[in-house]
Amino acid sequence: MLRLAPALIVTLLVAPILAGLAMALLPAFGYLPALGGDDISLAPWRALAAQPGIGRSVAISFASGLIATAISLAVVLLYLAAATGSRLDRWIRRLVSPLLSIPHAAAAFGLAFLIAPSGLIARLASPTLTGWERPPDLLIVQDPWGLSLIAGLVIKEVPFLLLMSLAALPQLDPERRVAMARSLGYRPAIAWLKVVAPALYPLIRLPVFAVIAYASSVVDVAMILGPTLPPTLAVSILTWFSDPDLDQRFLASAGAILQLGVTAAALLAWWGLERLVARLMNVWIARGGRRRGETCLHVGGKLWILLATGVAFAGIAGLAIYSVAGFWRFPDALPRSMTLDHWAQALPSLGGPLASTALIALGSTLLAGVLALAALENEQRTGRAASKALWLLYLPLIVPQIAFLFGLVVVMEQLGTRPTHGLITFGHLLFVLPYVFLSLSEAYRRLDPRWSQLALTLGVSRNAAFWRVRLPMLLAPLLTALAVGLAVSIGQYLPTQLLGAGRVTTVTTEAVSLAAGGNRRVIGVWALVQACLPLVGFVIAIGLPRLLWSNRRGMQGAP
Amino acid sequence: MHAFSARLAALLPALLMSTGLAAAPDPADWDAVLDEARGQTVYWYAWAGDQRTNDYIDWVAGRVDERFDVTLEHVKIGNTAEAVSRVLAEKQAGNDDAGNVDLIWINGENFAAMKENDLLFGPFAHALPNFALTRPEQNPEVVTDFTLPTEGYESPWGRAQITYYYDSDAFRGDSGEVETPPQDVDELLAWARANPGRFTYPRIPDFTGSTFLKQALIELSDQGEALYAPVEESDFAAVTAPLWDYLDALHPHLWRSGRQFPASGPEMRSLMGDGALSLAFTFTPSEPAAAVADYELPESTRSYVPKSGTLGNVHFVAIPFNSPHQAGAMVVSNFLLSPEAQATKQDLDVWGDRTVLDVARLEEADRALFTLETSNPAMLPAGALERTLPEPHPSWMTALQDAWQARYIGQ
Repeated sequence: MLRLAPALIVTLLVAPILAGLAMALLPAFGYLPALGGDDISLAPWRALAAQPGIGRSVAISFASGLIATAISLAVVLLYLAAATGSRLDRWIRRLVSPLLSIPHAAAAFGLAFLIAPSGLIARLASPTLTGWERPPDLLIVQDPWGLSLIAGLVIKEVPFLLLMSLAALPQLDPERRVAMARSLGYRPAIAWLKVVAPALYPLIRLPVFAVIAYASSVVDVAMILGPTLPPTLAVSILTWFSDPDLDQRFLASAGAILQLGVTAAALLAWWGLERLVARLMNVWIARGGRRRGETCLHVGGKLWILLATGVAFAGIAGLAIYSVAGFWRFPDALPRSMTLDHWAQALPSLGGPLASTALIALGSTLLAGVLALAALENEQRTGRAASKALWLLYLPLIVPQIAFLFGLVVVMEQLGTRPTHGLITFGHLLFVLPYVFLSLSEAYRRLDPRWSQLALTLGVSRNAAFWRVRLPMLLAPLLTALAVGLAVSIGQYLPTQLLGAGRVTTVTTEAVSLAAGGNRRVIGVWALVQACLPLVGFVIAIGLPRLLWSNRRGMQGAP
Repeated sequence: MHAFSARLAALLPALLMSTGLAAAPDPADWDAVLDEARGQTVYWYAWAGDQRTNDYIDWVAGRVDERFDVTLEHVKIGNTAEAVSRVLAEKQAGNDDAGNVDLIWINGENFAAMKENDLLFGPFAHALPNFALTRPEQNPEVVTDFTLPTEGYESPWGRAQITYYYDSDAFRGDSGEVETPPQDVDELLAWARANPGRFTYPRIPDFTGSTFLKQALIELSDQGEALYAPVEESDFAAVTAPLWDYLDALHPHLWRSGRQFPASGPEMRSLMGDGALSLAFTFTPSEPAAAVADYELPESTRSYVPKSGTLGNVHFVAIPFNSPHQAGAMVVSNFLLSPEAQATKQDLDVWGDRTVLDVARLEEADRALFTLETSNPAMLPAGALERTLPEPHPSWMTALQDAWQARYIGQ
């Protein structure tokens, strides 16, 4: 059974994506018999090329994917270089999981509430500092250059890359490397960048690729923060897919394939950049500078991460204020009256979506946990590391959702499946499994194999060694991986909506459909619920091991 | 042999057709429909961007469960076209009798698209017992959707009309008197020039924004009658030239100088609430009053319909061709047309959506249910909605959207 696990994982992840892509590819070349598209043609591509602003849409998707990734990575590396071992470091490490668990849409709403011309910052500064009596007519949110979109993406990708880096770092023994470099006279931050960063990057390369793919094709964040005339390519595709003129489906399919190309091009461009940066780094390292730039690195490394985390939390605070706000005229810093009306109105309709969210999240996460454990245990027993298969694990994270999900819905229809919680759970598994696997694999592989060997010599079976020794010792990382899985599932919008035919309402689909009504107080309530829900998982993940192992400090997991 | 299989092939579609018809409930036999509906679950795909609408649909669900033993599930969507795409995907997959969508809140382009692609069940609307209360012979708008005859493929549910609203505090002159807000598009341009950045419209292809384009075109064009026939039958460039001249003149004076537009009517309302705009419009006449009650707009908000009148239309519910619960869906459609449901919907404390029933011709007791709220200062003055302009042919909406996008996107 155990031996089947890797094959099962690969099938579960790869088959739906390939099937979905195929069903996007056919209409992209004019084949969709239900709409009278019986012949292969290039007409959808001609229509796509003729779309107003298509060049700009593509350029913004491409550029925001690259720039947001570059900034996020720089913030994480600078922070690790500057702050490792400091008090800030302990503090940030504790915040990284809650930050990661804030769904993208909620974080984007939070940022918009903060920086918009009528947002919290402008209100706090007005009218005393700025003289603004009404919101200034400035293009801040949804600016044509995609700057606010990039900012929103950076806020969410920094915690992800940070978590991946923290997971990979112990393999490198960074303390000893830095100590060695310091003994040669290098200042700490420069030492870290010169001796640890080049070794770390290859280990977090796949997560970086996932970030590029995500940032170049994201839908919900781009809808909230991205440019509008024209919007990013992914948002345009969604509009075409849901156009009442059904012929637009051909155009949308061609767009989906184009999105695949844009994401691939961004990955390729990054690969080129990697080479360039590696050369420059080599020159910098070989030159042997030991002190120059240390202060700058040191201050910058701490400042940028503080800014990124501070903005994320301030945005959530803004959501919280809006959720209890009465009428709140600009430039009042706080609403004139507070009311619980918005919560009271939402409360009766919260139960159903909460139950569905929990059911789907628990289902997909537990399944993912079992599969990941089975594959890792198999790896342990056969002694074969599945390094090639790791690429396949990243497939759902690298192929843009919008490129294959619509096709997948058609496939599911043809298979005659009904839109149930089960089908959505399966859809979520596509995205939950890679994250659970990635979060768990490091800890699993690092666990000293001698513990199990010792158990085996004491005469227990392989299975008993797994259940009674390995699993309890891995409880803390396992729960953290499961909490990450829950957070990923809770944040999913497109798969829930499409595979569930809209019939299954989760907190996230509810938040996004209410967002169409533009009532910020209602959005505040739902986005806050959406943001707090994954926290429950992390609280359990951190609290449970401490409770269970209160008499075994070494098993309580990382602080 | 060949002749036989050829005949069989010819027969097959007819056979399939006849079984399809036999399965469909006959709306003329209402008791049979009620019987069949008992115990069914109806999945109603309806736009869910508004808490009041959602609460009203919840109320309907309670009633149809009590009265007709029909379970109503509101499938909350952000855009009606999602439901249209869904039915299309099912048709493509050959799912002809077990669709997911039982009822759709729909009108205009979406209806035209579904009807053209044979995605609808019907005709059923004319056979609903309560349909007669709309008096279609006196109120042709309940059987016409964007100039297209509904032919019984959708059942009327409510009415919408462009209603302007403004912040009366922002319109106070030096003397403290509230100035008269713009009464037509020319006055609107003059006002925008004098008050830069205080007006905008939702970006195309948003429904409310597109309706604004049609409204402006009707007012500006001297070839108005062309709008009520398919766009191919007239010289689009010539008819719309005054509109583009107008928008070119208007845009520099809009919010964000016309370089950015709000995504939707509700987003425009948020900008009003922030005080960024002083004048806006909606397609739901009661929305400004409701938004004041929900703390979204200031109490100084006032509504009006300009002297020239504005576009209005009726919105409908329709049943997809492959709905497995067509009887249940018809029972719900019929309940939506009952005086009780219509009067509750029109109540400003519930939703404030205007009735499609011909209230003056209702029976005494039913008529009493429909007293319009007039005391709310943000509500329209009585009689304001009598100046209604009919919607142009749906092809104009698409053509205007394409032309607008070609002209203003990616500059």
